[in-house]
Amino acid sequence: MDIVDLSRFQFAFTVMIHFLFVPLTIGLTFILAIMESVYVMTGKTIYRDMTKFWGKLFGINFALGITTGLAMEFQFGTNWSYYSHYVGDIFGAPLAIEALMAFFLESTLVGLFFFSWDRLSKEKHLIVTWLMALGTNLSALWILIANGWMQNPVGAQFNIDTMRMELSSFSEVVFNPVAQVKFVHTVSAGYVTGAIFVLAISSWYLLKGRNIAFARRSFAIAAAFGLASVLSVIVLGDESGYEVGAVQKVKLASIEAEWNTHPAPAPFTLFGLPNAETQTTDYAIKIPAVLGLIATRSLTEEVKGLDKLKREHLERIIRGQEAYVLMQQYRQGDKSAVTVNRFNELRDDLGYGMLLTAFTDDVANATPEQIAAAVEGSVPQVWPLFWSFRVMVACGMLMLLLFILAFWHSAKRTVNKPKWLLKFAIFSLPLPWIASEAGWLVAEYGRQPWAIGEILPTHMAVSQLTVNDLLISLGSIMVLYTIFIIIEIWLMIKYARIGPAALHTGKYDLEHAATELKGD
Amino acid sequence: MDYEVLRFIWWLLIGVLLIGFVITDGFDLGVAVLLKLIGKNDDQRRVMINSIAPHWDGNQVWLVTAIGALFAAWPTVYAAAFSSFYFVMMLTLFALFLRPIGFEYRAKIDNDAWRNKCDWALTIGSAVPAVLFGVAFGNLLQGVPFYFDDILRLHYTGGFFDLLNPFALFVGLFSFLMLVNHGATYLQLKTEDDIKARSERISTLLSASCAVLFVLAGLWLYYGIDGYSVTSIIDTNGINRTTEKTVVISAAAWFNNYAKWPWLSLIPILGVLSFMVCALSSATKRHLLAFLSSAVALTMVIATAGVSMFPFIMPSSSMPAHSLTMWDATASQTSLQIMFVVACVFVPIVLSYTAWSYFVMRGRLNEQHVRDNSHSLY
Repeated sequence: MDIVDLSRFQFAFTVMIHFLFVPLTIGLTFILAIMESVYVMTGKTIYRDMTKFWGKLFGINFALGITTGLAMEFQFGTNWSYYSHYVGDIFGAPLAIEALMAFFLESTLVGLFFFSWDRLSKEKHLIVTWLMALGTNLSALWILIANGWMQNPVGAQFNIDTMRMELSSFSEVVFNPVAQVKFVHTVSAGYVTGAIFVLAISSWYLLKGRNIAFARRSFAIAAAFGLASVLSVIVLGDESGYEVGAVQKVKLASIEAEWNTHPAPAPFTLFGLPNAETQTTDYAIKIPAVLGLIATRSLTEEVKGLDKLKREHLERIIRGQEAYVLMQQYRQGDKSAVTVNRFNELRDDLGYGMLLTAFTDDVANATPEQIAAAVEGSVPQVWPLFWSFRVMVACGMLMLLLFILAFWHSAKRTVNKPKWLLKFAIFSLPLPWIASEAGWLVAEYGRQPWAIGEILPTHMAVSQLTVNDLLISLGSIMVLYTIFIIIEIWLMIKYARIGPAALHTGKYDLEHAATELKGD
Repeated sequence: MDYEVLRFIWWLLIGVLLIGFVITDGFDLGVAVLLKLIGKNDDQRRVMINSIAPHWDGNQVWLVTAIGALFAAWPTVYAAAFSSFYFVMMLTLFALFLRPIGFEYRAKIDNDAWRNKCDWALTIGSAVPAVLFGVAFGNLLQGVPFYFDDILRLHYTGGFFDLLNPFALFVGLFSFLMLVNHGATYLQLKTEDDIKARSERISTLLSASCAVLFVLAGLWLYYGIDGYSVTSIIDTNGINRTTEKTVVISAAAWFNNYAKWPWLSLIPILGVLSFMVCALSSATKRHLLAFLSSAVALTMVIATAGVSMFPFIMPSSSMPAHSLTMWDATASQTSLQIMFVVACVFVPIVLSYTAWSYFVMRGRLNEQHVRDNSHSLY
């Protein structure tokens, strides 16, 4: 593996691990705020106990969220320094604003959430909890604005003198439609994660016949909150599909394994085996017209297939090749009007010219084979996208079913919920994580070969490190993260097993075991 | 607003964020380093941990914000510093990893061996960054071996061990003692009896040593380290022409600004004085004064580094003309302007709820209180 592959692997590993903790944090803060609101409104201490107990599990998760989050902020500079130079003018702002507007709020108030129960009035403490949840959600907003810009880089312009992208419209960056749909889709997915977490553990207590009142109330809140969230994930996910259809045609075609352009309206491939060799999908089961409807909201517009997209890329690579050569001339001192004007005409294809640098140092004299290779490399591999998208959707559908049933039974106030439902809830625990990771893969892998869509190829974005540098850092991160995750899961299981007895109020089952866990 | 003015404001703001970081996160790094030294048993260590527990996380966001602001306001500096100092950054990061785990997981299991491991995680996780921040500054003052190619891609030509040179390690030691001292002054404010008494003694000793080390660092810099100066005219109002200036390296050049504006010498002088005031007030049990003078000392130390190097941020030793300065390694005017407005709105808000959180958690902690609340405190 070279430094590009290793840097990509290191980034993918750190972000995927980080993303194990983020959705749960987003979801649980909201659920804690809801539980505490019920406590303040009804005055029933059981709701305070619920807030405190689920808060303990939240704390165990939050610690690793911070740990792994810091790694992300360092990595742009350490491993992607050309990226940081090239787009820092735009990309840095949302990150800084996230810290200033959201992360400060969340982190300052998380301390008060845990430590100020005896020092603040009920109402003030509730405000702290809500502000903590607000901070978490605002964090997600700004991070996804930054990420949305990588998918769809609006409001920015290339400056040849400073050799970077510069901000031209901040409001376009903030109101980037891709960022907005990603934000609502992702935070809703976080709410679902929190809801399943509470639902599954509560179901386990109900199945064991422990802490019935506590578990039943937790179950009800999780079921209602989860149903609303899972519906919004699905509706907003569809909206996201529409946005992708509008601006990320390659991603859409790859997800759908649309090797060839079909006459409108395009069919939706439900299942099949994408075959890159033959550029076909074997054993495909297709539903007529549905893809056209999702991607274009019409029956008459065509959805471009990879064949057509690659032909367009070939043209852009050839224009980009000229732009790249002109840029080099300019950088070496040829600032004549002819050069500048021609470069400005071709400027939007500069990124496509950079794709050639993966295959040759001498871009001006790239051979037809090298150009053909760049065209092939201008789209991602199809099968990982095709499959991860379907895994994500399948998990979403299962979770929808679970929440409909759970909500139904808690609305009916079924005293003893059916055992199969409780088991279904327990076995559903991994689903939101599988869906989130698969969704992340669709979003990020689907943008390859670009670090910034159509602007900066991934292979150009890396720092000039050595393979050894990366092997050492990657190895250390993997070892450390593995240890952390083992400790985390072990603590989670330990505290989930003990249940609300961990609060030492003397009111719950298994108080004896809790005393052993943390002696007096 | 003028590009020039904005650039200067951002130089100040990055300084403010760094100072905010060392003043707030500085004391919790210091407290965690002192854990084993001052805390003689689990209860005492828990008093120390709980004195910072509600705040350390919010404090660390000063670092996160400073890095974010660096990325946004000085993208080239962020890119250059983080990739050149690759292993220093990785080590800092790995050390910082240990802190959330140490804080959050320590009390979750009542077992001496486990708590001992968490104590070490907290101590190492706090000591290593405290040293490495100094090491990074020590290297900035000596220049870093990097250059840009024709498309402004950065190439670092040094090795990891070049970063651990004697001067950088000396600055690392200074930074370490300074932050540990800051932690000791915080403990004087927040604890009672044994812990407080030990903190007073340690702080007296450390702040006196810091005064000496600060002077020694200045002498070493004057006699032993070459500084950088720009000899061409930089268009401070124009776009970045990062690689198109001329820079010379000469003896004592880091003292040029003090010759030009003599009143700036007040900054390092105040730094030394504040360390001395801190030593005296710790010795005489004036706890608030000890903490405040330590905070002033930290501020002055960072300001000294900034003023000495001005306008340089990251000088290049292999290609001095490619050195990064606060005039030609900045974000665009539009970006700086927007970020400035955002900072004007949010910095006061952040400061007010931070202050409120300290007010809510005010008062001293003692061992009895920690024992009584063993299930809600860390």
